[in-house]
Amino acid sequence: MDQLLGTLNAILNSAISPQTAALAIAAIGLNIHFGYTGLLNFGQAGFMLIGAYAFAISIIGGLPIILAVIIALVAALIFALILGIPTLKLRGDYLAIVTLSAAEVVRIVGRSSLLTNVTGGSNGITGNEYRSPFTDLSFFGDGRVDFGPWNYDATGSNGWWFIATAWFVVALLCLFVWAIMRSPWGRVLRGIREDEDAVRSLGKNVYSYKMQALILGGVIGAIAGIVYILPASLQADSMGRSMTYFIFTALLLGGAATVFGPVLGAIVFFAIRLFVQGIAGQFVPGNIMNGQQTEQFAWIVIGITLMLVVIFRPQGILGNKKELSFDVK
Amino acid sequence: MLIITGVLMAGSLGASPAQAATAPPLTAAPCATDPATGCLQGTIKLPNGDPAVGIKLEIAGAGLDTVAVTGDDGKWSQAITAAGAYTINLDTSSIPDGAVLDSATKNPATVNGALNKNTGYVFKIVGGTTAADGTTTQTPTTDAGTGVTFERFLQQLVSGIRLGLLLALAAVGLSLIFGTTGLSNFAHGEQVTLGGLLAYLFANVLGLNLILAAVISVAICAATGYFQDALIWKPLRRRGLGTTQLMIVTIGLSIALQYAFQYFLGASTVRIDQANPVTVALGPVTLSAQSLISMGIAVVIIALVGFVLVKTRIGRATRAVSDNPSLAAASGIDVDRIIRLVWTSATALAGLSGVLLGLVLNGVNWQTGLQLLLLMFAAITLGGLGTAFGALAGAMIIGLVVELTNLVLPGDFKYATALVILILVLLFRPQGIFGRRERIG
Repeated sequence: MDQLLGTLNAILNSAISPQTAALAIAAIGLNIHFGYTGLLNFGQAGFMLIGAYAFAISIIGGLPIILAVIIALVAALIFALILGIPTLKLRGDYLAIVTLSAAEVVRIVGRSSLLTNVTGGSNGITGNEYRSPFTDLSFFGDGRVDFGPWNYDATGSNGWWFIATAWFVVALLCLFVWAIMRSPWGRVLRGIREDEDAVRSLGKNVYSYKMQALILGGVIGAIAGIVYILPASLQADSMGRSMTYFIFTALLLGGAATVFGPVLGAIVFFAIRLFVQGIAGQFVPGNIMNGQQTEQFAWIVIGITLMLVVIFRPQGILGNKKELSFDVK
Repeated sequence: MLIITGVLMAGSLGASPAQAATAPPLTAAPCATDPATGCLQGTIKLPNGDPAVGIKLEIAGAGLDTVAVTGDDGKWSQAITAAGAYTINLDTSSIPDGAVLDSATKNPATVNGALNKNTGYVFKIVGGTTAADGTTTQTPTTDAGTGVTFERFLQQLVSGIRLGLLLALAAVGLSLIFGTTGLSNFAHGEQVTLGGLLAYLFANVLGLNLILAAVISVAICAATGYFQDALIWKPLRRRGLGTTQLMIVTIGLSIALQYAFQYFLGASTVRIDQANPVTVALGPVTLSAQSLISMGIAVVIIALVGFVLVKTRIGRATRAVSDNPSLAAASGIDVDRIIRLVWTSATALAGLSGVLLGLVLNGVNWQTGLQLLLLMFAAITLGGLGTAFGALAGAMIIGLVVELTNLVLPGDFKYATALVILILVLLFRPQGIFGRRERIG
């Protein structure tokens, strides 16, 4: 029973943690790519990593936090241009392969020993080196604060200041996506997803719209990277291909092409994982499945969940079956 | 928890066994993570792959000053109760004679320990050392920056051809699957891993003869392809799932398989056939006999696949389906049967590639295939998506690029270069070398 409560507690904690918010933000960005425009971006983790590095290195270089955020966003914009120019005129799977590869290149270069002075190599950059300008902005005061089932420091890393900021960003972005996708611009994106040629025949520059969508989603990915590293540390390997796959899983679970799908998906993603791990830890004897194995078992369940969701409920929890982003050409 | 996956993702293909250090200690002084405790840990291995026993590590930081010693399995761990920077100083006098710490490994090293988390650090030991049976093994050092000599160029060239051939084995199947079904199979890398791990299971754990073990592994891999198509892909095609949807299903499968491998194997790297390799000198180039035989097998099999595709009825039918499935069906070809055959042979080829990689490279771990998958995609894109011969040519180019990069850049970069080339190719000749021009937009 204690362990069940522990699992429940872990799920509650993860539901509001800044890292869940970061996954949600990354999924919101991917939703603009994949859900609304039909672009197969398999490099969302690369955008996160670019944003995270640009932010952390700028702060360490002594720039003010606002400037660091702007540099991170500009870096993601340039990355999107580099990825988009060769691929957006080609078939969708080329974009998939190139984004996947480019994200790997970013990760490999970031963790390379040659750049240890700048990026910290494979050890990465510790949070203390870039966190303080953000912590200094806090007006939450000190001490611990209870709120419902949650109890955290007001300002310390992983505290309320980080949580509140992260979810405030999530809320802002949801509002932004809701607004922009009901604008004429958003309708063009959906049109591209449904039938590129039809949109082209209406005189729209499809290439340019796709590029704008790629940049917008990528910049949101960079914001996710910043939110992801603020309470933790920056390690290149934590934003590798698996991260992209998890973002996809969260997006598809919640429902692509919906405003709240990515957010719900991110929360459910972690909840499933912790739930399976907790249940397996409690009811399966240790000699059949040890602690490490329960975690791996949970990931196996996540993989199978992704398969089943895509097969049986491709619209996800919140999605509308009529508005499906699959079968981009 | 994402950080733990990050730790598990660390390390790279072709890493020495000493780098597979992220598994938690199961036999050494146990250190379990909980919200108030974190672990610093790692595994130190001798150049011949044996665990390095009795290596002393002074660990200091955050109020802690202690010495950890590696156990019989080469593992060390230290529980910490405060997050922060820790300095780990390896006592070099405790390294067995004849071996030294790799010059690229920082000592003392600073790591950032965190609570509720395993923090690994890898000390890599290189140099000749005396194995238990008295023979001396050498670890080839592939450090960059030792100057580009003609001998090194030749050596890397041959390594490149070797990697290219093994890559081609796996990539041809991926390309055929793409050609006949339009599916980018993201789980194809795991088929390679599966082949390597099965061969390890049969040859090393169950002690079968290596050739028998390889044959059984490839047969099992072929069966996985057959049943995958029968149980998953054919029903899904019948349901009318689109290729994007199917592609994401393969990503789910890939995640599930990767963690299934870890479930049974942990994060360790296993070597098939741990006997000391017999080396063959060809002029200035030194190769292990296993490498030569592997390359020979790869050449024969690739030639056979080429022959079947070009000269036999079934091969012509496969190319016809690849070209235009509807037209092929209309002219009386049983498309489903061809696809089943393609799946079976593609997974068998991937399995064979995994067996050979496990023999030739430093070993196989759960992410061997994951690392290779991108190279395979690069290869088939370079050659032209869906063309079998393009995959072969692309794989050879990618193999050479990857190994030759080692001449001028550190090992970290070898995969990055291949991927940068992929992006450049798409910029200038998006249809690949053998592909037909096809563009949208």
